[in-house]
Amino acid sequence: MSAAPLAAPKPAPAHRLPAGAVAVGLLALLLAAAGLSLSLGASGLAPWEPLLRPLSPVEAAILYDIRLPRLLLGALVGAGLAVSGALMQGLFRNPLADPGLVGVGAGAGLGAVIAIVLGGALPAAIRAATGIYLVPLFAFAGGWAAVVVLYRVASLRGQTSIATMLLAGIVLGALAGALTGILIFLADDAQLRDLTFWGLGSLAGANWLKLTAAGPILLAGLALSVPLARGLDAMALGEAVARHMGVPVERVKRGAIVAVAAMTGAAVAVSGGIGFLGIVVPHILRLAVGPGHRLLLPLSALFGAALLIGADTAARLVVAPAELPIGILMALIGAPVFLWILLARRAVLEL
Amino acid sequence: MIRAGLIALFLWPALARAEGPARVLSVGGGVTEIVYALGEEGRLVGRDTTSTFPPEAAALPDVGYMRQLSPEGMLSVAPDLILLSAGAGPAETLETLGAAGVAMVTIPEGITPQAVAEKVTAVAAALGVPEKGAELNARIAAEMAAAQAAVAAEPGPAPKVLFILGNSGGRLTGAGAGTAAQAMIDLAGGDNAITGFSGYKALTDEAIAAAAPDVLLVMDRGDGGASEGATEADYLAHPALAATPAGRAGAIVRMPGMFLLGFGPRTPEAITALHGALFAKAR
Repeated sequence: MSAAPLAAPKPAPAHRLPAGAVAVGLLALLLAAAGLSLSLGASGLAPWEPLLRPLSPVEAAILYDIRLPRLLLGALVGAGLAVSGALMQGLFRNPLADPGLVGVGAGAGLGAVIAIVLGGALPAAIRAATGIYLVPLFAFAGGWAAVVVLYRVASLRGQTSIATMLLAGIVLGALAGALTGILIFLADDAQLRDLTFWGLGSLAGANWLKLTAAGPILLAGLALSVPLARGLDAMALGEAVARHMGVPVERVKRGAIVAVAAMTGAAVAVSGGIGFLGIVVPHILRLAVGPGHRLLLPLSALFGAALLIGADTAARLVVAPAELPIGILMALIGAPVFLWILLARRAVLEL
Repeated sequence: MIRAGLIALFLWPALARAEGPARVLSVGGGVTEIVYALGEEGRLVGRDTTSTFPPEAAALPDVGYMRQLSPEGMLSVAPDLILLSAGAGPAETLETLGAAGVAMVTIPEGITPQAVAEKVTAVAAALGVPEKGAELNARIAAEMAAAQAAVAAEPGPAPKVLFILGNSGGRLTGAGAGTAAQAMIDLAGGDNAITGFSGYKALTDEAIAAAAPDVLLVMDRGDGGASEGATEADYLAHPALAATPAGRAGAIVRMPGMFLLGFGPRTPEAITALHGALFAKAR
């Protein structure tokens, strides 16, 4: 942002699109994706059919208990992951930052593996209380614990060092990976298969209970990120400059970390590992409307939601009546698109 | 194709008379195999990815892998009964299906001849054909008794058998106590060469040397060899395996995984085949 006139051979603003048009376009995309998601599925039931005729109980269940919660959960998870990515990139002032850097992914993964492998050995009271939701709960707790540890490590006398946090995040990720490895070694055949599929990510388990548990957390994270935009914009100039501009730097950092941990933790807990959204979405939008966070954050939410819903709809159609894990599809679409953007517009990638 | 059509035509009157669920979704290779063995395949409207035997099952719509089922995919084949092998999931999907009012029956898994009979009884009861289940069980029990009598009559010493689950990059995975592989080796009159751990675990070269197996037992996918992962030469080229008695003698037995470890209607046949192969190779 600061160096655009010096560094960019192609002046970046010339490529930018009017923000209003982009917002309207993304909103239309989101509505279209949502419409498709409600209309398309292995059973070939259309959402307007309840208006024309009474549905059988099974058809009603498909529409109201399978597709609708899945659509809403997909929208919130997509928005949460994309905004988390944008926040992390702003916080670390690095276009490659993603929520994985604060250890949420590794912590959540470890939590899930603990629940899958050692779940049977837990006290009966815990198992009775959590029922089938042991894995999501542990994943959320693991993600949250990782962030708390990381934040304590990186904070000294009220100051949080972003560089320390980055390094500690990598170390913590390695440690969580090793512990996960030990548990994988202990796991039996069936548990290994559960682990594999958990890591691939899927919205197939979406239901109203998951939505009521994860939805408020994701919404709170999205709401918390709105007032951070001005602070993140100022921090793009460097922490010292931002402080001189009167930005409460520590509060912005803490807010961003809490928002990312909450959103990513909740998203990973209900849908497993879905990658790429947090990197691809903010990047494409930065190319379209520029790096200012006041536009970037809400547009990321819209685009992330639309993209995940669209990908999820595709995931359940391509091999119907079976379905692909959405993590595979995201990376399969995301990686080439991202690479193409990188190659085509290398000169204007900046924050 | 024509043959399948003729069979369907032949079965039609029987189906029209049959009681019980008419549209059955079968999840789990072992369960699907039993449905076919009961002659009730006309009711099947779908299967999961692991249901690959008999080959005709492949023509049914595939609703995905049995541990990663999606609710709408399963409902799209409009089942009025879903047969689930134990371990099918995830639990959220099953809960959603239950809420949608679809009947589901979980068929227990097990690695004993007794468990085979229980599976058959459970599937037959769910399909409303208990007498066919009793018939099939009587047949399996007779075959099982014959197979076990042949094993018991074997005069030779029990060969030490090393079951190898996977050979990825030269690292071998063996089967310890409590595995279907060990159960089959025992039933076929062999001795599992691996002692001291349970489940499927990676083997060190030293453990392989200490196990000193007389025969190696490996799985193939049972699809004719074109897409097999490791060939017999690959196993014999493994330095630790090559040094064992089995490696020196080139004694490798290959069997289709589902046939060998499925614990279903074909298990007596598998015991006889494994027994014959183990003792022929060990000699």
